[in-house]
Amino acid sequence: MSQGPYVKVFKENLISNNPILVQVLGICSTLAVTNMLSNTLVMTVGVALVTAFSSWALSLLNKWIPRKVRMIVQVLVISFWTIIVDIILRAYAPEISKSLGPYVGLIITNCIIMGRAEAFAQANKPLISWWDGLTSGLGYMVVLLALAIFRELLGFGTLLGIPIFPIDFAGRGNNWTIMVMAPSAFFLVAITLWIFTTVKLNKAAGGKK
Amino acid sequence: MTPVIDPFTLLVASIFTSNILLANFLGMCSFIAISKDFKSSNGLGIAVTAVLVITVAASWAALKYLLIPAGIEYLSYIVFIIVIAAVVQMLEMIIERVSPALYMTLGIFLPLITVNCAIMGAVLFMQIRNYDFIQSVSFALGSGLGWWMAIMALSAMRAKYDKAPVPAGLKGPGITFVTIGFMAMAFIGFSGMVRVQ
Repeated sequence: MSQGPYVKVFKENLISNNPILVQVLGICSTLAVTNMLSNTLVMTVGVALVTAFSSWALSLLNKWIPRKVRMIVQVLVISFWTIIVDIILRAYAPEISKSLGPYVGLIITNCIIMGRAEAFAQANKPLISWWDGLTSGLGYMVVLLALAIFRELLGFGTLLGIPIFPIDFAGRGNNWTIMVMAPSAFFLVAITLWIFTTVKLNKAAGGKK
Repeated sequence: MTPVIDPFTLLVASIFTSNILLANFLGMCSFIAISKDFKSSNGLGIAVTAVLVITVAASWAALKYLLIPAGIEYLSYIVFIIVIAAVVQMLEMIIERVSPALYMTLGIFLPLITVNCAIMGAVLFMQIRNYDFIQSVSFALGSGLGWWMAIMALSAMRAKYDKAPVPAGLKGPGITFVTIGFMAMAFIGFSGMVRVQ
């Protein structure tokens, strides 16, 4: 079966080479922003756009970048796009920009972007690099949104700030405060990884038979 | 506005209650990759602590004397990342010159640190929370020590559970996340001690 290169890149980045579940990259922001769905949505869109345009720009510039200063040029290009995202956020979503705090700036050090620039954009044409960056961002987004839905629903009983569960569904006036705090993020990532890897292992075992 | 916090409280708080790794999730990538090996963890911990203190101090100066007077705070990300890269590069050259033995143990980690989110994160926290110089340095020192402690603790545990019969799907990063989760829970126990924010 023949697939266009775009479809192949899309499938790879979303499932078989998912940046979080398979490569375990970009974990910092994964954990920090997922306690509210709205924050997560904004953050992941930001990351996807920065990844896409950085990959595009770096693939375009690739010919002219001397190998010795490659790293610093990559970082500068990424910070350029991050600043643009940051300025847009501050202008149109000041509340969310405030609650995300330093994590917008931390898009720069998100390993996914650097990783795509190194692994893909270096050897490919600008347009498909852009697509590769965007789909990597989408793969990141899918996982984060899933985590955020769980955390906000169980932690606050709301989704996007709209109450879904009654206030004290966990009894005695308590929600699962743990879900909003740090440890739950680690546990949820572990569970997601567990499910994903198990499905993958089963598939591999089934394929062999 | 946040009240003025004395540097010592800030130091203790950033080591325990708001540990940069376990509460703010910064520096995870290298944390997971390196913690396999106890010795390397120690080396990386020292390197991160040193780089944190120097870069936060340098970025504080850059922010105060360059960015704010010139009114170009929107360029802060670029300036910070340049400061970090420059400090790491200089540190690498100095260590190579002064102590080749130390360079052999630390050298490989230094380039990695440029893209370690803990460094950038601490610098951005410093900017957002408006710390003065002493506060910034004690915050950076505390964050570095906290990170160092966390990676040492994890790599010590990892040496044990790497041999444990873990379900196949949970091997590798999965079980590491579970362990870090428990560590984070333990650290929440410190939160009654001091409070920052």
